[in-house]
Amino acid sequence: MGRNKPAPVELLNYKLEIPKNTDAGDQSGKGSLGRRKENQLNLLSLENINLEFQSEEKKIPILHDINLNFEAGKMYAITGPNGSGKSSVVRVAMGIYRHTSGRVLYNGEDISELGISERARKGIGYAFQHPPRFKGMPVKDMLEMAMKYSDSVNCQVLRDIGLCPDEYLERTLDNSLSGGEIKRIEIATLLAQNPKMRIFDEPEAGIDLWSFEQLINVIGGTHREDTSTVVISHQEKILNMVDEIILIEDGTVSMRGSRDEIWPRIKASAECSCRYNCQQEGEIYADCPR
Amino acid sequence: MLTALDKKLLEEVADLHGEPPGAFNIRKDGKGIERRSLEGIEITPKKDQPGIDVVVAEGKEGTVHIPVILTENELSDLVYNHIDIGSGANITLVAGCGIHNPGSGKSQHDGVHEIYVRKGARLVYTEKHFGEGEDSGERVLNPKTVLYVEEGGYAELELVQIRGVDKTSRVTEAEVKAGGRLVMYERLLTHGEQSANSDVVVKLMGEESTARIISRSVAQDNSRQSFYPRLLAHGPGRGHVECDSIIMDHATVRSVPEIWAENAEAELVHEAAIGKIAGEQLTKLMALGLTEEEAEEAIISGFLK
Repeated sequence: MGRNKPAPVELLNYKLEIPKNTDAGDQSGKGSLGRRKENQLNLLSLENINLEFQSEEKKIPILHDINLNFEAGKMYAITGPNGSGKSSVVRVAMGIYRHTSGRVLYNGEDISELGISERARKGIGYAFQHPPRFKGMPVKDMLEMAMKYSDSVNCQVLRDIGLCPDEYLERTLDNSLSGGEIKRIEIATLLAQNPKMRIFDEPEAGIDLWSFEQLINVIGGTHREDTSTVVISHQEKILNMVDEIILIEDGTVSMRGSRDEIWPRIKASAECSCRYNCQQEGEIYADCPR
Repeated sequence: MLTALDKKLLEEVADLHGEPPGAFNIRKDGKGIERRSLEGIEITPKKDQPGIDVVVAEGKEGTVHIPVILTENELSDLVYNHIDIGSGANITLVAGCGIHNPGSGKSQHDGVHEIYVRKGARLVYTEKHFGEGEDSGERVLNPKTVLYVEEGGYAELELVQIRGVDKTSRVTEAEVKAGGRLVMYERLLTHGEQSANSDVVVKLMGEESTARIISRSVAQDNSRQSFYPRLLAHGPGRGHVECDSIIMDHATVRSVPEIWAENAEAELVHEAAIGKIAGEQLTKLMALGLTEEEAEEAIISGFLK
């Protein structure tokens, strides 16, 4: 699990490379980054998860009876409309939100009662959708903290995400960095943490088109046989590189399956939604897929 | 002869490990105990009052250490230091005071520094305060720094107090002439029943004079802090005041920045913020495996860095 503190880290040492994916996948190239051995053990499981938030005097249901398994060696995309509960699902997995009922299992162990720190040390990592800023804290310190409980020993991660370490290690994580830079550093932090269970929450948000290609390559390229990668995303390119797509709507899993199986249904669903909206508006837009 | 305790205090306040490099003066329990002048950096004791004169010749480069340590109970030490950095000189000056109060009475150090940064000179000045003690005796530090930055001069002040000082009342006054630049960093952490008051007045006296005052503080437990940074532009100067405080537990923080312009070409900005540690910051660091306490410590340490 890599829980022991590694030897002192030399942040400017780029000698070691992140292990690259060696599985070429099938001939179609679809899902090649995540396709691995069948019947792998579940790394992370959410069983019958319900989540409610208390607001004043009423309970607001957020998630209903969520059942999901994430296997080692596979990549998953969670997609769905805004406010459907995608981030809530992974925040329950990370322990940031405490579920109302159900169980969270990691490597078969019930971790429902464990806090965020303990789950992180076991090997669950989460890259925030909106990473917070820290006045005065250099990027270097953040990466060192990320590496404290991992075997990762370099900051090649910054280069991989398109940021020059010489320029960024001493920069502070405050308002002097743009939203896109903060987001890329957040992704680099998760890569430095090197967890078995990797969760990226809308990693593409706020990132420019050029960096987006790099982002896809680094998420795919650092995925390994013993890791499970979950990406919350709306981007077709990301949905195209995973093994399974999970559609969350109204706090429930409304579809789940292979990309080939699910993607056409999501597109059809989007068209249907568009048609409905057009009719509601009383006009047809020129780019309506209908 | 320095004792182990003296060395520890010197390490805390001046990062000294052994004899200081360059010129130095070490004051212990109200007396100068070691001193070294160099060619172009003259340190002499005052004849009429406690303290020293530090005179740096034109164009001289080097470092000067003038730390003060107090190791006795019920000691009140007052010192007047006059520092003159000659035109075109480039000096790093480390002051600072460390108190080890072994008893239950009050130990206090009041230090007045009058500093001249002459035309085109550059001064980086660090003053760090530290206190400790086995008993309940108060540790009190009241520094007053009066700074004059002449035309084209540059002064960078770093004033630091992290833990251990029960009461402090800090006064910093500066005048910056045309083309002069001043950058002042103040970092302060109070805890327990401690109190800290910081009064800063910076006057921009001429064209192209600039000042930047950055104050960061953390108030924990029942401690109390007050900040009064004032920036006055008598001429067409530019200045920025930034006061940020993290407030925790039952602490009290008062921050009253003031900007005052007497010239239509002046540009002055102030920002002040007081707030607790954001929950999302703690969550982020805990998601890296840190405990809540470790996360809090890391956030505070970064904030005061």
